[in-house]
Amino acid sequence: MEVEQTALPGIGLRHEFVTQAGRRIGVVSHRTGRRDLIVYDRLDPDRACEAIKLNDEESDALAELLGAPRIVQRLNALHREVEGLVSEQLPIAPGTPYAGRPMGDARVRTRTGTSIVAVVRAGQVIASPGPEFVLAAGDVVVVVGSSEGTEAVAEIMANG
Amino acid sequence: MHTAILFVELGGVILALGVLGAFALRVGISPIPLYLIAGLAFGTGGILPLATSEDFISVGAELGVILLLLTLGLEYNADELVTSLRGNFRGGLVDLVLNAAPGAVAALLLGWGPVAAIAMAGVTYATSSGITAKVLSDLGWIGNRETPVVLSLLVFEDLTMAVYLPILTAVLAGVSFFGGAVTVAIALATVSVVLLVALRYGRVIEAFVSSPNSEVLLLKVVGLALLVAGLAQKLQVSAAVGAFLVGIALSGELAEDARALLSPIRDLFAAVFFVFFGLQTDPAAIWPVAGLAALLALVSMITKLATGAYAARRAGIAREGRVRAGIALIPRGEFNIVIAGLAVAAGAHPDLGPLAAAYVLILAAFGPLAARLVQPLIAAVARRA
Repeated sequence: MEVEQTALPGIGLRHEFVTQAGRRIGVVSHRTGRRDLIVYDRLDPDRACEAIKLNDEESDALAELLGAPRIVQRLNALHREVEGLVSEQLPIAPGTPYAGRPMGDARVRTRTGTSIVAVVRAGQVIASPGPEFVLAAGDVVVVVGSSEGTEAVAEIMANG
Repeated sequence: MHTAILFVELGGVILALGVLGAFALRVGISPIPLYLIAGLAFGTGGILPLATSEDFISVGAELGVILLLLTLGLEYNADELVTSLRGNFRGGLVDLVLNAAPGAVAALLLGWGPVAAIAMAGVTYATSSGITAKVLSDLGWIGNRETPVVLSLLVFEDLTMAVYLPILTAVLAGVSFFGGAVTVAIALATVSVVLLVALRYGRVIEAFVSSPNSEVLLLKVVGLALLVAGLAQKLQVSAAVGAFLVGIALSGELAEDARALLSPIRDLFAAVFFVFFGLQTDPAAIWPVAGLAALLALVSMITKLATGAYAARRAGIAREGRVRAGIALIPRGEFNIVIAGLAVAAGAHPDLGPLAAAYVLILAAFGPLAARLVQPLIAAVARRA
């Protein structure tokens, strides 16, 4: 896929590409920080038939919505490449030992050789959380390791 | 007593401009033609001729030109200018040749002589980057794929102005061929040096001007611009170009802040500038040249459409986008009046001022309107096909 970048003198930058289905979409990044999400017309390929203004917060939210499922996809792709590597998404149920405690307390890597690569909280992905990161009920912990390792983590998260 | 009348007159004029601006906003047109009309009404032979405030308005108008060009320069940075020049040189040349021709040919056919031809060439050449930028954003055309083509043509025109205005100033001053060549050489050298300084040492200037306090920043930027404008005028490079170059030299966040601070002052003095040009023009002198202005407007609309189509086609834009690129280039405004104003001040042919005023009135009003109407038209044609 090729993303085309064009300078807009006096305004900012525009990035655009054509999707596999043949639609052209783009983003205009204004110098002021504003972003426009552009959808091009099917019949008149140069016309922006939709230009949606997004502020910083809104563009972050959109990026995360589009980006979150991609993390899992990328992990799945990783499995195909590395034999024996498994990733699991483990929900933290209310009342379990680590809900409300820093992640480091579980000493997951030392005990199982498995890594916690991300935590998904309220639809947002927190990538590579540190040991001081406090888990909460409702979080989903994404772990990567051997299949025995990830099962062990599931056990730790559920019963300590 | 004198001050009292001055305030009453100025207040009346500016208040009238505010009301006209509100009307323009509601109807969705550029306020520039209305400001010109207001100037005509307040000027000699108008409905309400001003008695005492003309001196102040004339200085205000000069400030307006400097602030217009300074803020225009602030929109660009030197890197962008250089890239745009490299990428669209051919389109820019076609723009120059096609659109300078109608004005120059008209002046020669009317027997106004070569000096007026050079001035009229500028009047028909330059698209109003102010009005066009507003049209692009109002109609949601910023994301369109032909828009970079339009913008880079505007950049090219603005840079051409930096070379053209000194030439015009020299020619209007009636200097000899040798003297003219020297002035042009100085102008070109100044422009290149400033661009070079801006590219290499932009940070140094920014470090000097930069301030977290908006008051200090405003004073420094305006002071620097006026100082350079005055020096440029002294070197016969034209004050406007000096201010434009100061704007280019400043970039990044600093330019963004300065532009936000300057916009209200610019709006005030730019409005005064358009009024001043109207003031100098006798409304009675417009009627005899109205037909000519309409014809010139029609011809230069066609040449701008051709320019837009050519440049957009080179960028691989489809038919509809080529039409939009041409339409977006139609509006004329501030530069054309600046050029005509210089010519009038230097004592050009008496019909030049009224012709330029009528010409800009037509295209500043019709350009944005045409842009608004073109999209439904394109859609209707597409539906038929």
